[in-house]
Amino acid sequence: MGGAERSERHRSDLCDRTGHELGEMLRAGECSALELTDSCLARIDLVDERVKAFLEVTADRARDQARQIDERLAKGEERRAVAGIPLALKDVLCTRGVTTTCGSKILHNYVPPYDCTPWEDLRAGGSILVGKTNCDEFAMGSSTENSAFFPTRNPWDLDMVPGGSSGGSAAAVAAGEAVWALGTDTGGSVRQPAALCGVVGFKPTYGLISRYGLIAFASSLDTVSTFTRDVRDAAILLSRIAAKDPRDATSLPTPFRNYGRGMEDGVRGLKIGVLRDWLGEGVEPAVKSAVEASVGRLQNLGAEIDEASLPNAEYALSAYYLIAPAECSSNLARYDGVRYGLRSKDAADVVEMNMRTRGEGFGDEVKRRIMLGTYSLSAGYYDAYYGQAQKVRTLVIQDFQGAFERFDLLLGPTSPTTAFPLGAKTEDPLAMYLNDIFTIPGNLSGVPGISIPCGLDEKGLPIGLQLMGKHLDEDTVLRAAYAFEQDLGFADRPALIQEAAA
Amino acid sequence: MTEYEAVVGLECHVELSTRTKMFCGTPNEFGGEPNTRTCPVCLGHPGTLPVPNRQAIEYTMKIALALDSEIAASSLFHRKNYFYPDMPKNYQISQYDLPIGSGGHLEIEVDGQSRRIAMNRVHLEEDTGKTVHAGTTGRIAEADYALEDYNRAGVPLVEVVSEPDIRTAEEARSYLTELRALLEALGVSDVRMEEGSFRCDANISVRPAGQTEYGVKVEIKNMNSIRSVERAVRFEIERQRNALEAGETLVQETRHWDESKGVTLPLRSKEYAFDYRYFPEPDLAPVEPDGEWIDRLRKGLPELPAARRRRFVEQHDLDPAAARIVAGSAEWAEFFEEAVGLGAEPRAVANWMTGDLAALLHENDVSLSGGRVEPRHVADIARLVADGTISTAGAKQVLAVAFASGTAAQQIVEERGLAQISDESELTAVIDEVVAENPGPVEQFRGGKEGVIGFLVGQVMQKTKGAANPQEAQRLLRQRLS
Amino acid sequence: MPVEIDVDHVARLARLNLTDEERERFRTQLGLILEHAERVREVAADDVRPTAQPVPQSNVFRDDEPEPVLTQDEALAGAPEVEDGRFKVPRIIEAE
Repeated sequence: MGGAERSERHRSDLCDRTGHELGEMLRAGECSALELTDSCLARIDLVDERVKAFLEVTADRARDQARQIDERLAKGEERRAVAGIPLALKDVLCTRGVTTTCGSKILHNYVPPYDCTPWEDLRAGGSILVGKTNCDEFAMGSSTENSAFFPTRNPWDLDMVPGGSSGGSAAAVAAGEAVWALGTDTGGSVRQPAALCGVVGFKPTYGLISRYGLIAFASSLDTVSTFTRDVRDAAILLSRIAAKDPRDATSLPTPFRNYGRGMEDGVRGLKIGVLRDWLGEGVEPAVKSAVEASVGRLQNLGAEIDEASLPNAEYALSAYYLIAPAECSSNLARYDGVRYGLRSKDAADVVEMNMRTRGEGFGDEVKRRIMLGTYSLSAGYYDAYYGQAQKVRTLVIQDFQGAFERFDLLLGPTSPTTAFPLGAKTEDPLAMYLNDIFTIPGNLSGVPGISIPCGLDEKGLPIGLQLMGKHLDEDTVLRAAYAFEQDLGFADRPALIQEAAA
Repeated sequence: MTEYEAVVGLECHVELSTRTKMFCGTPNEFGGEPNTRTCPVCLGHPGTLPVPNRQAIEYTMKIALALDSEIAASSLFHRKNYFYPDMPKNYQISQYDLPIGSGGHLEIEVDGQSRRIAMNRVHLEEDTGKTVHAGTTGRIAEADYALEDYNRAGVPLVEVVSEPDIRTAEEARSYLTELRALLEALGVSDVRMEEGSFRCDANISVRPAGQTEYGVKVEIKNMNSIRSVERAVRFEIERQRNALEAGETLVQETRHWDESKGVTLPLRSKEYAFDYRYFPEPDLAPVEPDGEWIDRLRKGLPELPAARRRRFVEQHDLDPAAARIVAGSAEWAEFFEEAVGLGAEPRAVANWMTGDLAALLHENDVSLSGGRVEPRHVADIARLVADGTISTAGAKQVLAVAFASGTAAQQIVEERGLAQISDESELTAVIDEVVAENPGPVEQFRGGKEGVIGFLVGQVMQKTKGAANPQEAQRLLRQRLS
Repeated sequence: MPVEIDVDHVARLARLNLTDEERERFRTQLGLILEHAERVREVAADDVRPTAQPVPQSNVFRDDEPEPVLTQDEALAGAPEVEDGRFKVPRIIEAE
């Protein structure tokens, strides 16, 4: 093997490592930020024509940022955990000067005049942006097929969906196109694609990470969340972006802190409630058996396991499909062709211009939810729909409170199925909505939830295990997830990567 | 002939004079080049979020407290959803069923009679941008296109809604005058109707006297001064009464006040009724003031115009009509109290202020603070008249000169020789001449024609070019002719 | 029973131009989704308080301190049409 080949191998390996490993390597001088960035960009060149994770790759900008980090590294000034590590951002997160489309035609040319707070925090920490990732239009969907531009494919099997709505970010991390990524989780849009792509997806407590600059879908549910290759990386990213933001009135009054502490303390003595109802009808056998095996593994590690239930969770999906569309119908009213984005030409008056712009600019699912939300808020229907749904939300929250009196954590599958073929559910909205049945309760109640890989099905597709904790008890969630991850030693990678590295 | 009664409710919008807008840090300033006072939040950019201005919340609570409204223990912002290009988000953050203030009242005065107008609510919302309808004819319906300026979008706007307790155009005027004075005293708004920082819509219906159900309600918009509200209300009451008398059926509608024609005209009826789809604003937390916060605001309230009016009547013995004017605004009240503090007699100060000074201000179209007259001028004038140094006519001159130049009263009196002649020997010489030159009238007076004394005093005044002290001249004349 | 909705009225409220095909499809799909969503009526009783936010807070305010603004050019940068420093839109015929 010649020297050139070896260095090629070395560089392509870099992009498949974890963020904390790479941080150590950078600070030890074992690689440079530019090498690492180039490694991700090379991987993008190699696979993204097939995976289609990115809407825009910010290569020049990434290299500039990397050179600046390398200067600091050379002077020994760089100690920040995220510095020099390539990151991808879901395209619903505003980036100043970089087009932010939400996967929608209506914002195809929108260049935000400001940065979202999570990216501002990461950028300030030396994080390197490699690009903006594809998603379901305005984060509405569970397969990334609702992007106005193109669907993203699952790196584990290119005929399959990566899940959604943050499918681009999930696929990018799974395929080595970015070391880690941010997505948004409104009804499961990070945990579900993380499960389907075999990576770690962590949705913290609602309000822990600022929503400022997250283009709203459903304000009371939207949560910035992370995609990483392991649990430690999730803690590192969270530590960088979780704090009170004066620009977001719903962000919680919590200071920055280190969320990695106590992560290695194990699960001995932790009380974990298994949501037995979530392992019944509609759940694929492989998912069911992988989750059951995981329960056994945690028990062996010393966790106290018992059965738990959330009796009103079965109504959560119905409540969600009233609350989220209602908020969305209002949040998306601003896309009217007046101030930015698409405008339909030659309309006779402003009403016609609005109607045509929105008719041409929004895709099917977005229109469906706007219609649904508009209807359920309209005169005479509010109490029956939105008002009732908010009451169900109360009941779901009470269920969680009850369960958390007995348990430290709740456990279940992230998604009832593994990745499904493209086009399989696009004609049947209700079938698509069922993908989120186990993730939605966590959004309605705002509790932290993580999805970690817990095995592969018979087709070799990853399965996700979900752990949910109490409000603001991120530490316990991370601690149990870490213990499980270390014990399982999940090391499978998509065939695509093995092929790329070969 | 049936007697009719009008039922009027007023809905006022008050722009708060906070330093920044309601939900973002953009400066809240009137005017400016279009779209130079905006930020991503008030332009409704994707991803931006509102954060309420604490000062605006406090101002709203102060208004509510001053109106004796009840402050809600938990108040919510709602989204009011409708499309209009002057509204960047196509929803307005407003309040719905849980406003900051509910109930209360405003005490008004009409023809010296006090009345309490009950309040419905005091709520906080955000203002919209401004639309210019552009085209050849200048009429909205015929405009070719429209232009949007968002400088005003997001400015904090308080809505003060009265109960339908107002019965006449005069009461409507008095209500607005009183509310404006109250807002001014609180220092929460510029309350300038011409700049749009104080706006008013009126809901008007007419019913046969004694009937308890309301008549058909008509909403009147586009009134740009208190005077135009008064005119519009008067016109509309009359229009509805005439229609009812003629046996016509009124329709519930919105009408537009045409200031130049002095009439209300129906607005183009809407194709679709508005359905605002209110729901709780998920980006904001409830406002839940504790007792301590409310108490602090209550204690910090300044003296309000109604209380000040009562105090001026009691403490300074003013008549109610004068007190209403002098206590009507902070500016006038301060001026009055400063002049009284300099030792002048309160009723005289009030008379000068409400009479000549008010006329001069009106003629020159300036405000009290914008003129050159200071409290010491009025105090000096009142004192100089009281001690007989100058006549009332002389005092009017002094005030006019002071108004134009700002010169001290004493100096004006000296420079213009306005001091009265009260010196007995000097006056006696003039009286001698007058008596000699007017034997006829002198005879008449001596014959018992009392009224002739006025003519003779007039002659003295003429010979002294008005400088004689008329009381003194009369006394000496009577002495001479007795 | 699928819910019957007035698609044209809702589309007008939402300012969405729909094709005939979309109108028909949405009528059917929304009817089915709402039928499913109506399950919320089965559980929530009158004495249950509605929840608007998952983690309740109150009195979240900012100080009345000015912050930097956009320049006129920045404000208008994304506008489809501009005239005299303002956003230009087709004529408004619907009275507010």
